[in-house]
Amino acid sequence: MSEEEVAERIRGLISENRAVLFMKGDSGMPQCGFSAATVQVLQLLRVPFLAVNVLLDVEIREGVKRFARWPTIPQLYIDGEFVGGCDIVREMFDDGSLEEMMKAKGLQVLD
Amino acid sequence: MAMSSGDIRKLIESSFPDARVELSSLRDDGEHYMVYVESGLFEGKSRVEQHRMVYEALEGKMGGDLHALIVQTAVKSSEDGS
Repeated sequence: MSEEEVAERIRGLISENRAVLFMKGDSGMPQCGFSAATVQVLQLLRVPFLAVNVLLDVEIREGVKRFARWPTIPQLYIDGEFVGGCDIVREMFDDGSLEEMMKAKGLQVLD
Repeated sequence: MAMSSGDIRKLIESSFPDARVELSSLRDDGEHYMVYVESGLFEGKSRVEQHRMVYEALEGKMGGDLHALIVQTAVKSSEDGS
């Protein structure tokens, strides 16, 4: 697949799903501490998300780094926008801005 | 291929001449670090842009030689004068 086709695939994933986490492993079995920490934050905030396991797809793994101009995995996208990697997601969780964003966007599933 | 803390510090300081840089090694394999960068150059930039600037200062070493780098940034206010 060409770089443009990969970017198109990524655009599709992040426009069809409100919350997308490109990660190593899947949400049940993260394969890296940073991915695991990010999954934990989303679960604590009760935000359902599409987990895309980049370990199964080298093209996507490299494609998202180009797409977001961000060299690491995991990468969180909300409503099609790159929010950050593990550091930023944790920082936003700690200062409450992530929960505020999820609340404002109605992304939390509160039973 | 790992990176020494000296290499990382040099790369960051050359991109952020005014910065206060704190660097700690998470594992002594030369691939896991935590860096705190405080610079006036972050003024008005979002968190993502600030971190992106740090990654770009590392000239593509991230994910290659450098496996894991926890980044923390802060805007250095000009009154600091330091």
